[in-house]
This record gives sequence, structure tokens and C-alpha cells, in this order.
Amino acid sequence: MSDQTYLLERLPVFSPSHKPLPDEALLCARDLYKGFTLHNQGGIHFPVLEGVSLIVKPGDCVALEGASGSGKSTFMRSLYANYRVDSGEIWIKHRGQWKDIATAQAHELIDIRCYSLGYVSQFLRVIPRVSAVDVAAEPLMDTGVEPTVAKDKVRSLFSRLNLPERLWSISPTTFSGGEKQRVNIARAFAVNYPVLLLDEPTSALDADNRSVVVQLIKEKKQQGCALIGIFHDQSVRKQVCNQSLTFALHD
Amino acid sequence: MTAKLPNTTTPDAAISVEPGFNFAYLDEQTKRSIRRSLLKAVAIPGHQIPFSSREMPMSYGWGTGGIQVTASVIGADDTLKVIDQGADDTTNAVNIRRFFKKVCGIKTTEETTEATVIQTRHRVPETPLREGQTMVYQVPIPEPLRWIEPSEIETRKMHSLSEYGAMHVKLYEDITRFGHIATAYDYPVMVNDRYMMRPSPIPRFDNPKLNMSPALQLFGAGREKRLYAVPPYTTVKSLDFEDHPFSVEQWDKPCEFCGSTESYLDEVVTDNEGGRLWICSDTDYCNRRQAQMKPVGEK
Amino acid sequence: MKPLLDVSNLSKTYGAVRACDRISFSLYPGQILGIIGESGSGKSTLLSAIARQIPADSGKVTYHSPKNGTGEPLDIFSISESERRQLMRNEWGFVRQHARDGLRMKVTAGANIGERLMDTGHRHYGNIRTEAKRWLEQVEIPTNRMDDLPGTFSGGMQQRLQLARVLVTQPRLVLMDEPTGGLDVSVQARLLDLMRQLVRSLNLSVILVTHDIGVIRLLAHRLLVMNCGEVVEQGLTDQVLDDPHHSYTQSLISATLVP
Repeated sequence: MSDQTYLLERLPVFSPSHKPLPDEALLCARDLYKGFTLHNQGGIHFPVLEGVSLIVKPGDCVALEGASGSGKSTFMRSLYANYRVDSGEIWIKHRGQWKDIATAQAHELIDIRCYSLGYVSQFLRVIPRVSAVDVAAEPLMDTGVEPTVAKDKVRSLFSRLNLPERLWSISPTTFSGGEKQRVNIARAFAVNYPVLLLDEPTSALDADNRSVVVQLIKEKKQQGCALIGIFHDQSVRKQVCNQSLTFALHD
Repeated sequence: MTAKLPNTTTPDAAISVEPGFNFAYLDEQTKRSIRRSLLKAVAIPGHQIPFSSREMPMSYGWGTGGIQVTASVIGADDTLKVIDQGADDTTNAVNIRRFFKKVCGIKTTEETTEATVIQTRHRVPETPLREGQTMVYQVPIPEPLRWIEPSEIETRKMHSLSEYGAMHVKLYEDITRFGHIATAYDYPVMVNDRYMMRPSPIPRFDNPKLNMSPALQLFGAGREKRLYAVPPYTTVKSLDFEDHPFSVEQWDKPCEFCGSTESYLDEVVTDNEGGRLWICSDTDYCNRRQAQMKPVGEK
Repeated sequence: MKPLLDVSNLSKTYGAVRACDRISFSLYPGQILGIIGESGSGKSTLLSAIARQIPADSGKVTYHSPKNGTGEPLDIFSISESERRQLMRNEWGFVRQHARDGLRMKVTAGANIGERLMDTGHRHYGNIRTEAKRWLEQVEIPTNRMDDLPGTFSGGMQQRLQLARVLVTQPRLVLMDEPTGGLDVSVQARLLDLMRQLVRSLNLSVILVTHDIGVIRLLAHRLLVMNCGEVVEQGLTDQVLDDPHHSYTQSLISATLVP
């Protein structure tokens, strides 16, 4: 198991590199720099990512490690284009071509998120009148799958995750944290994303469901998916990850 | 050398005219301006043309538009018929006919076939019109879209862009509320496949008479200051839906006086017990039919 | 993918006040673009200018009509009034903040929906009625209210009726000006959810103007933040809301009460 550790030193900003991208990779993040400027608090600036890079190939599962506030979440959100990086490139294989997420246009990002890049977030956005099945089946239906097929797939995932059947057709507004998390997982795992980002996917689950998630991740790896995740749970991480990327805090 | 103008000013000395008034009451410039507007109206069938409506010796709502149109086109050798709800003998008809007799000294008649100009309120004569006759209609509200759109600017745009869907909304509402298109009179029509027009409050029974009529049809609204026209042999089509086609009124009784089953009948209440008669609204038509019915030699 | 609508350097001034200052963006098919800003930011003016309901001072709006046979883009500012009105009837829709401005209050609900059909030449009463019923169902108004006047409807129902009225001719682009303004929170939620479903099922493109961040989060894919007539920030909705860069955006987000 290789271990790539990067210390967050102050490095100069690079212009986009023109190094060739490895053919077999699915995602290639290069020299990401990201900071936050709070204008309404005197304009203070926090640098968080300083020159972070990562390459993932099919079957990889990379654990992002580091103390709280060290930038793991920022890095993941930057990959998903939820945060905008200040400089660097994030290349993803999309529809057979390399696309740079850092500079892609809005409609391209929407397309990438639809087909090529999945995200299991910590929060589930609940809309009062939409049932759990509908919420979870939406991304799959967005890729063009028939509603009945999509919902069946989601239901089978719900079963595996031990989500009680009586909850399937009601809105997740009243669900517990663990139940919401399982809806989130089913939502992301239903689609065959080549790259999947997992933000603390087992934080609210009991031991049984944790092992279900481990199994699901293993299946994805076998299918050739590349996963990048933040795992609080050491045992889960040990079971699924073959790489790790460690983030260190600033002083 | 001036051209010889038609004789619309000085009548024959033999015919007496009320002193102090110009022929047909209006001054010549006004008549010319109204005639210019009428020419525009004839050139654009069904389209409303504004005109400078003058103060007339009767108030708005009493036919001033129709009277001004008649006054502008009538000549010394015309014969005028005036009807109100089909009858020559109602107060209004009599007054208007007398008015024109006073200020023009022209011949008047109650017979449709004899008239060259027919001014009407709310009916078209049963007797078919012929080429050379002119119908003048009294119009209260000229704008067919007024009920749905109060703004004049907007309705003018709608006419110019042929946006007439709103009128069908009204017919839709009728069918929804009453099960059929309830508009009984002033039924909207499409003139020459282009402009939507209100034919004045004639019963819808009369709408088909407007279509391809050999006569010239002029419409005047005095209060609203608009006039419009339908030239002879112009298509006039009543609006409807495919599954609710336009239909006219029917009666299950003939006229009490002349026995006609083809004319528009008025209902007349005869006593307090609910007795009623149906008789032709067109008095001239009814009288002539009655005259034909009498055996020869009888008075 | 070609954009459905291109707005380029759109500007509109009222005297000394620049209501819209060189606004540019592109809208792609199936996208919902939110425009957020406070009152007076120019967002409603922008919407009216795009629809050419008020004249812009400068700039260009180009619409690539999928229904246009020639495939030629339409320059909205130079087409004739007749073409513009046709466009507004067939391919565009405008949902107004107050349903009363977007409905005919004196005709029945069914007639309100059927009007656009009748405008475009439909002349079969029975079919028009069937279509109107279908749309009432789509916007969750009981069909037995079809022959009632909109004045008897609640605010939320009126707004849904407006939606139905606009969607009946299956427009490609819908402009919405504060569609949930003035409604109760629960009524808003229902309307937003309905809008969400309809936008997805009909593959609509929407430009949605609002000051409510909750509405944006729920509906919009992309977001334009306007302040004093300018676009200060734009991007994907979650980008702008989770990682605001501009100081105005940051203060707008932090002022929100509900996450």
C-alpha cells in the first residue's frame, strides 16, 4: 500500500501544466490552491489547500486523512466543484475525454456531475413532499434510466442498507440521521459513476450497516469505479482503502 | 371651370326644407370629412375608423352615429327608410325620418324595396337587399374586444396583430355557463377573413344576411366616434367552435298576422293572463305578405 | 450543446440609476438560472428587458428557437412586435409575482388556461376543455374548480393557475418573477415542489428572479448574484452559496436565517 504524504508548504503558484495525463487514470488533480477571504470580517484570508495533487485509477479507494480543519473536506468539495479553487487543474475523464473541472462552464459541470462524478454528502436535502424513493432515484433518472427501473434499483439498495420498508414512500424529513445517510448512500451508489466522492459515509450507521457500506464500496471497486473518501471509522478505512492522502494543519 | 358636383346641397325649390339648416343638417366640410373616413372604412372592411363626431340635436345613445353617416351620404334624390327594431312606426324611427325630411326634404318610405338608404337600429330587413342600396347601422359599442380588454391601445394592437383568441374565450365562457353560445345579438363576426367586427345589436338571426350582401353596409357609433363598413359581396362569418357551430334562432309558431315561418318574430304579451302573440318584427315585410294574402278585390 | 438564450451586455438606465449594467450570460436547455439580489438590485428590470416588455438601452438578446424551422437565432430586440407576441404565446412564458397580473380575473379558470390555446387557433370546445382539465390536474387544482373565477381561489391556487396558463402551450423558456412572493411558507413549499417537478418533466429552461435563497437552493442549477445593477458573482448554485467570493454575496448568505 503506497503512502503519499504531502506537507502543506508554501509553494509558488504554477500556470496550468501541460504534462500528459495518464491514460488509465479517471481523475487527476494537479497543484490545487484554495483559500478563503472573509470580506465582512476585515478581509482576513485563510489558505487551506496549497499545491495538493492526486491521481486515481479504476479500483482505487483513496482515504483523505488529517485533523479537523486541515482541508480534507475542502479538497473533496473542490473536486466536486462545490468550492472553486484559486489555481490548479482537476482533470476528469468525462464521456471519453479529459475535462478540467476547475475551468469548466456551468453546463459542463452539471453534465459531469450527472454522469461522471458522484458525491455522498453528509447532508441530505429534504423536500417535504418527495418520498425517499423519489429522492434517491432522481440522479439515476437524470441519466435517462426509466423511472420504474430506477426506483427498483433504489429499493434494492434500500433493502441492503436495512432501511425499513415503511419509510420508503414517505419524505425523509422525519428520518433519523442514520436513515437519511442511507438514503444518501443509495442515491449516489445507484448510478454507475466512474468516480465517487464519499464524505463520512458511515458516521451515523451501526456496525451492521457499516459492513453493508463496506461491501458496496468493494463492489464498486470491482466494477472499476474510483472512490475518494473521508472515513472517520478506522476499521472501514482499513477494509476498503488502498491509498491515503494526508492533510496537515497550518501553523 | 369647376366640375359639376352631385346635388347634395341645394334641394329642388319644390321640396320644403327647414330654414337655417344646411342640407342634411351637417355642414359640407363635416360631410366631406365623414365621407373620407367612410372611404377608408370601405377600403378596410370591418376595421374601425375614428371620425369627428359632431353635436347632433339628440343625445348620445339615440343613434347619432347612424344619423351622421346617413347625413353624409344622403343626396337630394335618395329615398330614405328608417326602422327601429324592424318597425317603421316606433317613436325613434318616426322621429329620425321626420328629422331627415325636415333638413333634406327628400322622399321617405316604409317599403324596403323602394328605399335607397335604410337606417336601422337593431334589425336587418327580411326583404333581401339589392345592389345600389345602402344600409346604415346605429352602433353603441364598436369594439368587439372591449369586454375582455378595457385598454384602447391594447385592443388596437390586438386588431392589428389579428390576436382574436380572446373573443373565443367569451364564447367558451358562454358554453361553459349556459351550455351553448348565449350571445343573442351583436354576435361577433370576422369580416373578409381579417377583421373582427361587431355587427351592432342585430339579433344573430340577421348575421347571415350580412354575408355577401349586394348592398353597401355602413356602421356609425356617435358616442364612441368610430365608423366601419362592409362593402358589397364581402364575406362575413360568425364566430363559433367546431363542435358548437353557429346557429340562428327558431320559433315553433308562425307569425300571427302573415303566417311567415321564415322571419324574425317578436313576442307580444297581450293580457295579464300570460297570453302572447308572435308577430314579424319587420313591419314592412309583414304588411306586404298580408297584402298578398288578401284575395283580389277585397279592401 | 448550444445555448438556448444568449444575453449580451444588456443595460438599462432610469435617469441616473443604472438598473442593469452590461449583464451577460447564457442559458442552456433544461437549466434553471436563478437571479438573486435585494429589492432594487435590478433583477426584475433585467427580466422585463429580456422579454422586451420594457426597452433596453443597449445589448443583445439572442434566442435559439427549437421550434424555428430555419434554425436561425432570433435577435429579440429586432424582431417585430407581432413576432415577439407570438413568441411570448408559443415558446416563452412569464409567471408574474402577483397572479392577478398574469391572469384574467373575470373569466373562469378553464378559460384562463384555454386562452393561449384559442390564441393559437384551437377551435374545438371539447378538446380545449379536456386540455384545460389536464393542466389543472398537473398543477394540483381540483378539476371541479374549472368553472370558477380566479377571484375565488386562494393565493397559492392562483399562482398555480398562472403556471398552468403559461405551460399549456409547452413553452421552452419560462421567466419567473418572484413566483412565491407573498405566499405562506407551506404554500410556497408546495408551489416550489410543483415547479421543480414540472421543470424536470417538461424539460423547461427557466430564469427565476427572487430574493429568497431557499427558493434558489431548491430550484436553481445556476445562480447570478446582482447588486446595484451588476452581476457580482455567478456559478453553480451550490458553488455560489457554499463558497461565496464577493463581499456582497458573503453578506447575503450570512444574513440568511435558515440554512
